[in-house]
Amino acid sequence: MGRYFIRRVLYAIPALLVISFISFLLIQLPPGTFADTVAAEMMESASVNESAIRAIEERYGLNQPIMVQYWKWISGILLRGDFGESFIWNRPVAPLMWERLGLTLVLTASAFIFVCVVSVPIGIFSAVRQYSVGDYIATSLGFLGLAVPSFLFALILMYIGFRYFGTSIGGFFSPDFARAEWSWARVADLLSNLWMPMLAVGLAGTASLIRIVRANLLDELLKPYVAAARAKGLSELSLLLKYPVRLALIPFVATVGWMLPQLVSGATIVSVVMSLPTTGPMLLRSLLGQDMYLAASFIMMLSGLTVIGTLISDVLLALVDPRIRFT
Amino acid sequence: MAAPAAAVPAAAESSTDTAATVQLASQWRLIWWRFRKHKLALVSGVVVILVYLVAAFAEFLAPFSTDRMISNLAYAPPQRLRLIEQTDTGTRYGLYVYGYTAEVDMLSLQRTFGVDESQRIDLRLLAKSEPYKLWGLIPLQRHLIGPVDQSAPFYPLGADRLGRDLFSRIIYGTRISMTVGLVGVTLSLVLGVLLGGVSGYFGGTVDLLIQRVMEILRSMPTIPLWMGLAAAIPDFWSPVLVYFMITIILSVIGWTWLAQAVRGKFFSLKTEDFVIAAKLDGCSELQVILSHMVPSFMSHIIATLTLAIPQMIIAETALSFLGIGLRPPVVSWGVLLKEAQNVRVLVTSPWLFLPGAAVIVAVLAFNFLGDGIRDAADPYK
Repeated sequence: MGRYFIRRVLYAIPALLVISFISFLLIQLPPGTFADTVAAEMMESASVNESAIRAIEERYGLNQPIMVQYWKWISGILLRGDFGESFIWNRPVAPLMWERLGLTLVLTASAFIFVCVVSVPIGIFSAVRQYSVGDYIATSLGFLGLAVPSFLFALILMYIGFRYFGTSIGGFFSPDFARAEWSWARVADLLSNLWMPMLAVGLAGTASLIRIVRANLLDELLKPYVAAARAKGLSELSLLLKYPVRLALIPFVATVGWMLPQLVSGATIVSVVMSLPTTGPMLLRSLLGQDMYLAASFIMMLSGLTVIGTLISDVLLALVDPRIRFT
Repeated sequence: MAAPAAAVPAAAESSTDTAATVQLASQWRLIWWRFRKHKLALVSGVVVILVYLVAAFAEFLAPFSTDRMISNLAYAPPQRLRLIEQTDTGTRYGLYVYGYTAEVDMLSLQRTFGVDESQRIDLRLLAKSEPYKLWGLIPLQRHLIGPVDQSAPFYPLGADRLGRDLFSRIIYGTRISMTVGLVGVTLSLVLGVLLGGVSGYFGGTVDLLIQRVMEILRSMPTIPLWMGLAAAIPDFWSPVLVYFMITIILSVIGWTWLAQAVRGKFFSLKTEDFVIAAKLDGCSELQVILSHMVPSFMSHIIATLTLAIPQMIIAETALSFLGIGLRPPVVSWGVLLKEAQNVRVLVTSPWLFLPGAAVIVAVLAFNFLGDGIRDAADPYK
């Protein structure tokens, strides 16, 4: 187990490195350098401050080769926690980012829990009662869940909420708590507003996991050991949960890891639709305004978090399934 | 690989096939026999073909062009198509709709529309209106359906914010949205088959390297990455260029899934008897790949492709919805859905959801079709 763990962690390091480089390349993609963008911004508001532009060029090494620039950027992040400056907000990127990332994490994690909690029982049910009414309902809901893009589902939920319940959904917090300090009451308020975006983010994942659980459990249920256990007089429920379900969950755990990037993606776009104070809207705004250090930091942190999440799920998978850690 | 005879029970009862015809049937014929037993996949295949026909004949099917607007009919609700009219003089038959009555609320300045039964707008099939060139070549003037009087309002699916016909715009959007999937998948296919093939055929260090790259790309959340790439497309680029950039961006991740499928197939086929036999017969590597291995997993690739197209359609819709994919005046389903971002507007004009319905129908049809092809892909099982 220890060796597997170390090898898996070692694999993650080049991944993080490549991700940081791809994110950095995104800064370079728009025409002109960051200093040009800032200069253009200054031009609109007032006079151009030459010395400020020079300072920016110096700070990010804008006149130097790309690898030097990358080194300046990444070493600033790793050594000093300095993600650069956002010119839209006129503030350093790091403090802007952390709270938003935290809420993204809350949303993604709750969607993740929702997906697992909902898809396993439904998957088991529709496998055990194959071709029953419930199975057909679950299967067709599953197909619909795969076909409805998450942002459209978010819109539909908001529409229903607004049209029939008169509540305007947007944001994580009720007006009273929007600017309040963190407290238990605020956490409770967050949780009461969380369910709708959680549903929107988790729908597609739930749909595909139900199909995976169902298909794998159906394969297991036909195997002779199930009949043998039944013949020995084991009660149906403990038989089911003790053997076939455990085996059927292995591919489930393997897929769950790959679900994380999808959930983060969904959280990004759903947040834009529901205007949640997570990374999504701010990322979109920074991209549209070419506030590239902010945008790149978001993309890097989101991708980095998914890599770490995948790492955790792989380690969990190895814990569940000894065949993996011994090969 | 099992003998073809194993497929006898699968196909024999479906028609008058005798065991002999099954034995002689080609792989593709066996696939077709198995596929057509999947009723849902068959229906979905027909739907997909119909949708592509809509895309091909958009100019003819749409009553109007995408930018024809009647500004005082902004957000006009859909009209009901009527056939029978009871008048004092008797019953009249014929296609027609009623016009609109509009009342402006002086406080909110909002227009509420009603049905104006005194104003009858006659419709006809093959109506003459704006001239167009089908596929940019054939000059035509007739549209499948349209008002007899060209300037009369006709909104079978309602109007948008500028009083443009949503029905026509969805039809034109079909063309863009459905081809983005095709072009994107073609690009992914080239990359996927090339890199997946190299990875699976040669194995070793090359394989390890390509595998790692694929894993890293796939561990990145797609929407933020696409957003970053798409936002870098300059504003001044022509719509065609933007369109191709978007398809390229979508294939950045898309190819990994195809490459994985191809690699898996190469791995499992490499040690098959018929491949070794071909090698011993002195076939070159390329020949082994192209004329022996590729035909045997072609059907799997087609299934993977069919399942990849809906993903591309959803991705394009999402990007355009955010305003960083395709941009007006290009009309795609995502561009149309961008108009549906505001819940307050949606509550008063729910028909703006309709492009979303088009997305769902297309994606569902492709998913069912792909599932059917995948199940039929290996007829010898």
